[in-house]
Amino acid sequence: MAKIKKVKEPKLKKRTKRLNRSASGNFGIYAILLFFALFMAFPLVYAINSAFKPLDEIFIFPPRLWVQNPTLDNFQDLFVIMAKSWVPFSRYFFNTTFITVVGTAGHIILASLAAFVLAKYKFPGSKTFFKIVITALMFNGYVTSIPNYLILSELGWIDTYWSVIVPAFAAPLGLFLMKQFMEGVPDVLLEAAKIDGAKEWTIFIDIVMPIVKPAWLTLMIFSVQSLWNNQASVFIYSEELKTLPFALQQILAGGVARAGVGSAVTLIMMIVPISVFIISQSNVLETMASSGIKD
Amino acid sequence: MEQFNQKLKKKAAYTWLQMRKNKICYLFLAPYAILFTVFFIAPVIVSIVLSFTYFNVLEPPEFIGLQNYINLVLADDVFLIGVKNTFIIAAITGPIGYIAAFLFAWFINELPPKVRTIAVVIFYAPTISGQVFLIWSIMFSGDPYGYVNAFLLKLGIITEPILWLSNPTYMMPVIIGVILWMSLGTGFLSFIAGLQGVDQSQIEAACVDGISNRWQELWYITLPSMKPMLLFGAIMSITQAFNVADVTMALAGFPSTDYAARTVVSHLIDYGSTRFEMGYASAIATLLFGTMILCKNAIQKMLSRVGN
Repeated sequence: MAKIKKVKEPKLKKRTKRLNRSASGNFGIYAILLFFALFMAFPLVYAINSAFKPLDEIFIFPPRLWVQNPTLDNFQDLFVIMAKSWVPFSRYFFNTTFITVVGTAGHIILASLAAFVLAKYKFPGSKTFFKIVITALMFNGYVTSIPNYLILSELGWIDTYWSVIVPAFAAPLGLFLMKQFMEGVPDVLLEAAKIDGAKEWTIFIDIVMPIVKPAWLTLMIFSVQSLWNNQASVFIYSEELKTLPFALQQILAGGVARAGVGSAVTLIMMIVPISVFIISQSNVLETMASSGIKD
Repeated sequence: MEQFNQKLKKKAAYTWLQMRKNKICYLFLAPYAILFTVFFIAPVIVSIVLSFTYFNVLEPPEFIGLQNYINLVLADDVFLIGVKNTFIIAAITGPIGYIAAFLFAWFINELPPKVRTIAVVIFYAPTISGQVFLIWSIMFSGDPYGYVNAFLLKLGIITEPILWLSNPTYMMPVIIGVILWMSLGTGFLSFIAGLQGVDQSQIEAACVDGISNRWQELWYITLPSMKPMLLFGAIMSITQAFNVADVTMALAGFPSTDYAARTVVSHLIDYGSTRFEMGYASAIATLLFGTMILCKNAIQKMLSRVGN
């Protein structure tokens, strides 16, 4: 009796953790990750350091990575330039924020609605439509910009926020991503809800969307990232409607003398997407922990 | 003939019935589908049509048949350099970037929760920070001020600075390195999210069934249940790998020395924005599009074998 117990116990203990993990394997993985992490983090470290470097350190030889005498000069210079601009900078900031928030929210909602029926229902045309979406994803965006411009001007949307926002609603990436994830939602759950008399809308909101939360949090990152950095210089030409990246780009056109300001700009532009990213990622990884319990 | 007609009628009636039965589906799909048709399908079709014309943006397009394609393949040497470079870049960065994205996502997934978030942020940082790859142009700057040159000079490995980004010998390796560094993008994040859909109880059950190491677990359980995300990642990799232009143009200059860093898309941008030959640019885009579809189909077939 005692013998059997001895053999069984450690096995049980292990299974509650992870049966097939070796310590050396774990160590190897940590080592690999750490090595690459240094490499991946390097430009981030560089960007942060340069933003606080005084001009003489930016052009120092041999170049140094770490800042010696951190200063806020670059940011001050940036604010001085910004204050001189005849359109207040808060306006550029508002423009970009508005485009990013509305564009992202609309994209997630429309893409999820469409992805839901494409993933979970069979109806004439569903497969064809999805194939067209994936295919369109691969067409180079540069050549379609002229037809796009013509369509937008036909609609009278040139030089409005909508010229950027509405096309972003229908970006193929979101539909593709959402559909792939919704396919993984077990049909049993949907059947059970249907038997309970739930309508499609309720199934979508109450069952499917919570399960695919990691997917739309991820989609949020993609969308915020692309809209936040969108210069929209082709479609929007009124100064007071211009976007933040476009305005900052104009400042940087000043050349070498603006090198310090440039690194401050780079850092500022990174703050918003990275914050959104961190918030959404910690949510994604949280749902992961809870999904284990659900099963 | 009559039989055929009748069959067709029956089929049409059946389709109509199915459509009516699924009315609600069309309602869900409609907002997206309408916008998608207007802003994506229509422009793509217009571009393909333009590829058979001479179109300089100012005058109305003039139909010239296959002339653009003939010129591209037979008379445009720079295009062929672009094709060669694009294939080299795609063949190296596509598969490596894709596999790396998956492996890193999988490794990171094993980390304890708090470290995991930090790791995801660090590995995704090069992609999220927009134009941050421009930092590499400072790293690989051709004068002794460039970090790489300064470092190698200090160590005495080289005696004079190397023109990393204007010497055709070094251009492509540097560019491929930078693209690989940036390639943990869209695919990586969707894998991170997808790994959460993997049913842990399935893994536990498989352990009892005799799966003994993590590689077996990967092949028999994790990968098969990740298939939709794998396809997503693959298609994003193809799209990114074939559409490389930003990085080459920013790092090696535009045009680059001897066109050594020309890619298909930078060739397209050259014709579209510098020379205003949109018909020609559209022909380039259409050819690229065709190649990518072939590539996608091949990969889709390969992915259907995963886990078998």
